[in-house]
Amino acid sequence: MKVVLQNLSKAFPSRNKRVNADVIAVRDFNFEIPDGKLIGLLGPSGCGKSTALNLICGLLTPTGGRIFFGDDDVTDLPPENRGVGLVFQNYALYPHLTVRQNILFPLQNLKGEDRLSKADMLARAHEVAGLVQIGELMDRRPSELSGGQQQRVAIARALVKMPRILLLDEPLSNLDARLRLQTREEIRRIQRQTQITTVFVTHDQEEAMSISDIIVVMRSGVVEQIGKPQDVYDSPVNLFVAKFLGTPPINVFIGKVDGGTLFIGEDAVLDIKGISDREVYVGIRPEGFVLDSGGPLCCNLSRVEVMGRDVSIVSSHDASANPTIRSIINAESAVDFTSANVRFTVKPDKVFLFSRETEDRIFFEV
Amino acid sequence: MDRRNNKGWLYLLPAVLFLGFFMVYPLVDVFIYSFEEGYNSASQTFFGVGSYNYSYVLHDPYFLQAVKNTFILVIITVPVSTGLALLISAGLNSIKALKKLFQTVYFLPYVTNTLAVGLVFMILFKKTAYSDGLINLLINWFGGASVDFIDGPYWAKMFVLCFYTIWIVLPFKVLILTSALASVNPQYYDAAKVDGTSKLRTFGKITLPMISPMIFYLIITAFIGAFKAYSDAVALFGTDLNAAEMNTIVGYIYDMLYGNSGGYPSYASAAAIVLLVIVLTITCINSLISKKHIYY
Repeated sequence: MKVVLQNLSKAFPSRNKRVNADVIAVRDFNFEIPDGKLIGLLGPSGCGKSTALNLICGLLTPTGGRIFFGDDDVTDLPPENRGVGLVFQNYALYPHLTVRQNILFPLQNLKGEDRLSKADMLARAHEVAGLVQIGELMDRRPSELSGGQQQRVAIARALVKMPRILLLDEPLSNLDARLRLQTREEIRRIQRQTQITTVFVTHDQEEAMSISDIIVVMRSGVVEQIGKPQDVYDSPVNLFVAKFLGTPPINVFIGKVDGGTLFIGEDAVLDIKGISDREVYVGIRPEGFVLDSGGPLCCNLSRVEVMGRDVSIVSSHDASANPTIRSIINAESAVDFTSANVRFTVKPDKVFLFSRETEDRIFFEV
Repeated sequence: MDRRNNKGWLYLLPAVLFLGFFMVYPLVDVFIYSFEEGYNSASQTFFGVGSYNYSYVLHDPYFLQAVKNTFILVIITVPVSTGLALLISAGLNSIKALKKLFQTVYFLPYVTNTLAVGLVFMILFKKTAYSDGLINLLINWFGGASVDFIDGPYWAKMFVLCFYTIWIVLPFKVLILTSALASVNPQYYDAAKVDGTSKLRTFGKITLPMISPMIFYLIITAFIGAFKAYSDAVALFGTDLNAAEMNTIVGYIYDMLYGNSGGYPSYASAAAIVLLVIVLTITCINSLISKKHIYY
């Protein structure tokens, strides 16, 4: 099922009576979610991603714009008539019901000709339980399950009524690190197997990048960039997106373009074409540095962290916007630990320029 | 280890003394009195030991009347007041405007002076030389004949007693249930809504189980409170409850100790032990039932 969001907006009335301005949680959201894909809504907390999710599932009504599932306009439909499955951040499993009763609950709500016979309901419940691999836990109560198991039950409960769209609200945030890795693979597998259009919300960029077909980066209610994870990483549209994606985060320098040369501080790091002289922010991904004793970028070496396959060099530079610069280089490259300075050349395709005023991307040629 | 144990007992001493003196000692004493036949509190003498006191009490028509009254009171007021409180608090929880006002209104009886309440009930029910009471006016208006609720037929008096009891216990229950309802995580309702659960099913399958511990608490305390009813009956029908056929078990015990026919501590003790057994049994049954139906 394809989902189309058209100029979707949501404003909450202001609590403060003296300030009349509404709080705009989502502003003018335009996006078409292709059928059968896994979409990650990504952004810092308070950016409106959960609001967007609640608008799609119908728990909130938009103040502007339309929502279509396929060709149906569902904007004015209540959640129960939209055919969505929702998994809550803390699962919201009914604590007094067993796993089986929890999974059966949505089926027992069906009325009229949609209603299944008891045997069919049970069969369906066992089918989804098998899909999320909780078949042997059916008689337990939620309090007797681990976090990961509860998560699976919540997904099973959302899937059992065969929703047109599956929505996951921060599905992994209550799990520990190991389980998080495991569960996100699991979500990916279930999504592939069921081919159900899935939207999930997260503030963890690594999580979103690793399993999404498409990521949507949001900031204060506005969509900043939509695209395949690798594309967004390789070509961020502005400084915010560049900073938000990637671990370790991108290194930002204050620099300028002067006569076809890019300067970071006093160091002339790159010859570039197509940009008039101006002040810029220079973003360089950690993997964009190449250790070179004759390189133009000279940093003060702080320490070297050996991580096996890679070596992470922590250094500083007067023109850096952050106190430290982190660069990741191959472990085989020789690093002189004793020297006070370290010199780099940079890979042009890992260097991004942003306007000082608008923080938008400035494209250049080498 | 020993020293530490001694210290522990020292810390417990105030509570142990207090409970022992005011709870355990009287309880044991009452139990002993109930087997001492013809005990006289002035001379501290008795004739013999045996079960005659129980036999007397259990064959006393006044006691049987009191037991019957108490049971009717319990059976009617406990479910009605709990159910009513549940309805009211569910209603209160689902409105937004004037919620605080209604909450206050429902809580008023709890803080109202007993004398004022008595006055209101007199205006409502009492037949005087000038009027038959407000309720009778209503009955007359619908074409019925006046009923004397205070000195009239048994069922009319029982109706007033039940009405009064329910009205008195309602505010506390509404207060407890409203806060219990408010403490249910709204996410469960969102989940139910997304799954298309009807309002009735949401209430029955989600809300009720979630607040069931509170409901259970209210039922237990309501049972115990209703079994101990006495002052309400006195407020409505005066001190000679036996004559009014409106005595309760606690009323009977009081009468045996201090009333017109008073001065029989042995009979009073036996009746008190009978009451204890009844309340204990009911509470145990309640606990057994609740274990099957309450989670957490």
